[in-house]
Amino acid sequence: MILKGKAWKFGDDISTDLIAPGRLFHLRSNLPELAKHVLEDADPSFAQKVQKGDFVVGGKNFGLGSSREHAPTIIKLAGVSAVLAKSFARIFYRNSINVGLPVLICDTDKIDLGDQLEADLEKGKIKDLTKNIILDFTPLPGAMIKILNDGGLVEHIKKHGDFKID
Amino acid sequence: MGKTLAEKIIGEHAKREVKAGEIVIVPVDVCLTQDGTGPLAIRQLQKIDLEHAKNPQKTVLFLDHAAPSPRKELSNDHMLIREFAQKTGACLSDVGKGVCHQIIAESYLKPGDILIGADSHTCTGGGLGAFATGMGSTDVGMGIALGKTWLRVPETFKIEVTGKFQKGVYPKDLILYLIGLIGADGATYKALEWCGDTIDRMSQSGRLCLANMAVEAGAKAGLFATDDTTREYLEEHKRKKDFRKIDLDNDAEYEREIKIDASQLVPTISFPHTVDNTKRIDDINESIKIDQVFVGTCTNGRLEDLKAALKVIKGKKKHPRVRMIVVPASKKVFLDSLEKGYIKEFIEFGAAILAPGCGPCVGVHEGILGDGERCLATMNRNFKGRMGNPEGFIYLASPATAAAAAITGEISDPREFLIKK
Repeated sequence: MILKGKAWKFGDDISTDLIAPGRLFHLRSNLPELAKHVLEDADPSFAQKVQKGDFVVGGKNFGLGSSREHAPTIIKLAGVSAVLAKSFARIFYRNSINVGLPVLICDTDKIDLGDQLEADLEKGKIKDLTKNIILDFTPLPGAMIKILNDGGLVEHIKKHGDFKID
Repeated sequence: MGKTLAEKIIGEHAKREVKAGEIVIVPVDVCLTQDGTGPLAIRQLQKIDLEHAKNPQKTVLFLDHAAPSPRKELSNDHMLIREFAQKTGACLSDVGKGVCHQIIAESYLKPGDILIGADSHTCTGGGLGAFATGMGSTDVGMGIALGKTWLRVPETFKIEVTGKFQKGVYPKDLILYLIGLIGADGATYKALEWCGDTIDRMSQSGRLCLANMAVEAGAKAGLFATDDTTREYLEEHKRKKDFRKIDLDNDAEYEREIKIDASQLVPTISFPHTVDNTKRIDDINESIKIDQVFVGTCTNGRLEDLKAALKVIKGKKKHPRVRMIVVPASKKVFLDSLEKGYIKEFIEFGAAILAPGCGPCVGVHEGILGDGERCLATMNRNFKGRMGNPEGFIYLASPATAAAAAITGEISDPREFLIKK
């Protein structure tokens, strides 16, 4: 699968509170509405500006904090095709795969706001078309590739009736 | 070759020897969700017609994050959770019973269990010698329905703590010190395994506090061996039969070993907006005014924590500018503190007492900060926006340090109130 879009740059330690704040707790059962506020406390106008296919590009420890799966879900609902970061917090990483949002670990220092990116999930390469450079990303563990290829954990269990990750 | 506690417990469940790095599918003993994550877990199960619980008596659905509900949307979420409990026979922990992690420790989790919970602080259960880890709604939803999950066996950091704490220094200061040392992502994907004579002497309450904050260093779990302290805790909660001795292996393979001298620690504070932004109180030279003090949560809302705060405020007056909020972590903690007269003392001091639950920790209600306000809290997180307002500032500390700020109106050293000159 090849993903194409523009880069939206964020810093280190983007917490789930910045992505899906607790003050909007009451919108957790209304995800399309919550998605209108995605990453609001990191960049108040992000949700209005982001276009379908774009990438969220973070620094280290992206998604730290709470287990709220609503965080990767609303990033995906906002049209983001993948999140790129130098590293991810564990629960966010696992949740992203479960909701079918690719999360790619690569050296994001070279990417700037607005760069046009192209990610090839099979080959493990990200092309920065603006800078004309190629970045490698760490492949996902096999178990996670199986879940992501099925379209997330719900679809995986629906298809196999059980965990089939061997 | 010996095993880490994580390898031991996961291996028992996989019914074979496992090593760090392996991916295994294991049965889960206990599952938990709370009112912020439960509704999504339920809807995911409804999507694929899997709306049942494999082990209903060990599936616990908590209403604690927004309890009592401050909004109709959340009241409707609570209704969905209650209906699911009714339909599946799962246990419901309704408004007023308390914070999920405290109730799980008091009433459900046994040493050697695997617990998965749709709340990041599920790792609290490691304090009882269980492998307890936080996951998202879908993972825990599937765990509820299928009775199992998949796990990567984590590598382990051994944290050896020796020596005695100074007066006014507590397990909270130790965990804040460790997170400051290794960073908010210093143990990502790893397990922390605690040992040393400080840990051997530590109360169950202190161990739960250390386990609770493992996730703030990125860790998957924070584990303890079990001993007489664990046994007495379970007995006190009428669960004598649930005790099991779990020892550490001397020859287990650790990815990293960290040694800490407890006697060198001082009251420690996390500054906004990350938990690893810690300072020793001795190094704070400016006056930092505090508007709100909050004592409670799954980190520090236990009887021992309330007692530690009261020891500092005894005979003192609350600073007129500060509002103080105290939230017992559970119904049992509330009843015990009523019986001991703690609640009366807090009220007389000028604190507002709230029903057992997460209180203002999640930013939904009960103590949202105003623009530019500063809160000194005993909770586990100080991210921007955590207490409901991205313009607020949260400082983290022990209950004693929180109490000292309630008296002086600024960040202060609790030792000054505890050590007789």
